[in-house]
Amino acid sequence: MAAETLTKAHDSHAAVEDGSNWGGGKSPFNVSYGKLMMWYFLVSDAFTFSALLISYGTLRFSSPEWADPNKVFNAFPFLEGWDVPLGFVSLMTFILILSSVFVVRAVQEGHRMNKDGVLFWMFWGIVGGAAFLGCQAWEWMHLIHGGTTLWWNPYGPQAFGMLFFLITGFHGFHVFSGVVLNIIIWIQASQGVFHRRGHYEMVEKVGLYWHFVDLVWVFVFLAFYLL
Amino acid sequence: MAVTDIKLHHEIVVHGHDDHHDEHHHKESFISKYIFSQDHKMIAKQFLITGIFWSFLGVLMSVLFRLQLAWPGETFPIMETLLGKWAEGGILTPSGYYSLVTIHGTVMVFFVLTAGLSGTFSNLLIPLQCGARDMASPFLNMLSYWFFFSAGLVMFISLFIETGPFGGGWTAYPPLSALPQADPGSGAGMTYWILSMSLFIISSLLGGLNYITTVLNMRTKGMTMMRLPLTIWAFFFTAILGVLSFPVLLSSMILLLFDRGMGTSFYLSDIYIAGAPLTNVAGEVLQGGSPILYQHLFWFLGHPEVYIIILPAMGMVSEILATNSKKPIFGYKAMVLSILAITVLAFLVWAHHMFISGLNPFVASIFVLFTLLIAVPSAIKVFNWIGTIWRGNINFTPAMLFAIGFVSLFISGGLTGIFLGNSALDITLHDTYFVTAHFHIVMGLAGGFGLLAGVYHWFPKLFNGRMMNNTLGYVHFWVTFVGSYCIFWPMHYQGMTGVPRRYYSLEYFQTFDIYGDLKVFITVAAIIVFFAQFLFVINFFYSAVKGKKMTSLNPWNSTTLEWTSPIEPGHGNWVGPIPHVHRWAYDYGKDGHEFIPQTVSDDQMRAQGLKVTESGH
Repeated sequence: MAAETLTKAHDSHAAVEDGSNWGGGKSPFNVSYGKLMMWYFLVSDAFTFSALLISYGTLRFSSPEWADPNKVFNAFPFLEGWDVPLGFVSLMTFILILSSVFVVRAVQEGHRMNKDGVLFWMFWGIVGGAAFLGCQAWEWMHLIHGGTTLWWNPYGPQAFGMLFFLITGFHGFHVFSGVVLNIIIWIQASQGVFHRRGHYEMVEKVGLYWHFVDLVWVFVFLAFYLL
Repeated sequence: MAVTDIKLHHEIVVHGHDDHHDEHHHKESFISKYIFSQDHKMIAKQFLITGIFWSFLGVLMSVLFRLQLAWPGETFPIMETLLGKWAEGGILTPSGYYSLVTIHGTVMVFFVLTAGLSGTFSNLLIPLQCGARDMASPFLNMLSYWFFFSAGLVMFISLFIETGPFGGGWTAYPPLSALPQADPGSGAGMTYWILSMSLFIISSLLGGLNYITTVLNMRTKGMTMMRLPLTIWAFFFTAILGVLSFPVLLSSMILLLFDRGMGTSFYLSDIYIAGAPLTNVAGEVLQGGSPILYQHLFWFLGHPEVYIIILPAMGMVSEILATNSKKPIFGYKAMVLSILAITVLAFLVWAHHMFISGLNPFVASIFVLFTLLIAVPSAIKVFNWIGTIWRGNINFTPAMLFAIGFVSLFISGGLTGIFLGNSALDITLHDTYFVTAHFHIVMGLAGGFGLLAGVYHWFPKLFNGRMMNNTLGYVHFWVTFVGSYCIFWPMHYQGMTGVPRRYYSLEYFQTFDIYGDLKVFITVAAIIVFFAQFLFVINFFYSAVKGKKMTSLNPWNSTTLEWTSPIEPGHGNWVGPIPHVHRWAYDYGKDGHEFIPQTVSDDQMRAQGLKVTESGH
């Protein structure tokens, strides 16, 4: 491997390449592998939720009757006896979307390499996620006390109860893991890990997951509360 | 002679290129090198050896239940030795029979032909043929193997529990899989089965994400997508299939788990046992669920799964056929597009497994259409393989024989697929041995032959430049090839006359007495093929340690990048910079040169005084 051969070869191949993004040597999407992986994971996870929601559709439309969401979801904490159809779930949805907005701000501050900004907005993102989980816990408890369980449902067919708890539970599990990831990112950011690395891409990757969880909620919300 | 010139040239040319990855020179401990290795080549070996272990166990199970089918009621002391109370007195019990069939199916489909095939070769070849130091994420890649290992471990443990492993078929249809009281194996055995599958899904997801991002992001300079070897295209689309279809199986497993343990009835409706309806913990009659829902969810994975098995085999066969015929692959673009077409259609045909489930005939007709459409890209591939070896200068290595065997099996099995894709014919054939013959030939055997072809061809890249013994390879091929046809060809005749598959014994059907000798013939062939595989394992393990070392970098005179890495590649694959690519992977026989490696540019050829025309690729 003579040095001359090396130099010669180096000079000769430069003209051959077309320089296109698909030509190898750099990412065709101009993103890092980690972000690309996250995107593909989200596509995969979207299929998991799609399968569950399609199962919901199948069972719902094979049932002669269904529960009326305006009657099932009409309670509001501390407002005993009031009839607030879909009031509480609207609040929950608002909190989750707000939390997504906070995380968008955290990602933006990350691009500006502003550690304090990342920590501030990520903190409120975490609070939003935790608040959503708390709301969900209250709603579940309320329904369970009212008699809706995996096996029975006073408002209509039992399939409603089992599908509701399974799918919102699976989504809640995603929110929970998102909150845990956000906390890990917050701790790492506070220790200056990303600052030393020179970029806050991890915040962006976890942010992608967080927005995805938010987006899934929109479909879950549509299926159980609106349709 | 031009060839030697190129070879000489090709070994001295090292492309100067400032590469930020240096080879990993840090010292590795035994654990980080052999166990929790993050080197894709070691992970490939782990997948392969685990796959070989499971294939022996899986095939042994089939031999055991074939004994029962050929000689029902006969005593085989060996059965009792191996299976204990499941074959008391040497006679296989019905539960034992069903568990053997179930676990045979599960491990062959998932552990051998998915993990053992695509896990091994995607790991080995994607970085080597794309020109990357390793996978995009070596750590997730390592986790992918260990999740697979755990899945296997859980499945293995389920063989030894008191109530036995699951026995309701590899498709695990409810209610057999949903009601723990349905069958001994439906209790703890099924719980282990679900756990094992869930771990396997995670493994497949981690592997698939890595394969996709590595192919897209980590190709070396000059390696355009249309210069990729067909192996990489096949692994790429296989990974996409897996990433999109396995999550649906996960969803179906979650629902199943709830039906089993939490008293829900997603898949159950109005089940009557001894005249009384089945109730849940709240005392409510189980209703509202649909066992057909499970079938839809399962086959939404299950059908892409057969392409997850066959696409990697197709890719490797394309590569092996072109290399050993010394001809460019016939219709490269058509090959790529047909892989794409198969990938898309794979998601649109699942209900052809459900023609007899009570599916609306109108819906069935749509699935018939898409199913028969898959014959088009499949046929394009078959004709292109034949076109590739047509009048080629064929070098009959064992790998080449297995590749040709693959094409033969794919044609034989594919043709019966056209019968079964028609819902009207399928209704009579579906529950017979005709289907058993069809999917074993087109998926099981063809996938297995692709796997073996790959092992013989890339063995030197797996085991530090050592080659497998050719003579043993030839004997292994002919016994396996002829023997496999002897096993499955007669099953078509049985199936066409209505012999039902899945039955423990056919003694009670006098009509089928005519098949007494045929059943024995099939079983004897199965035993011979099983023992022939020991030739392969002996060859494999002996050669891995003591095999003949290859003397040049490129034993098959191949164009692709993996043969430019050192005979004993370290973690990082290439010493010095990664080679650049100047042409597609199939410049065989171009301008009178036997082969032109991808790393050699036209300018370099001319500088050496070699004739070369402008390449279109």
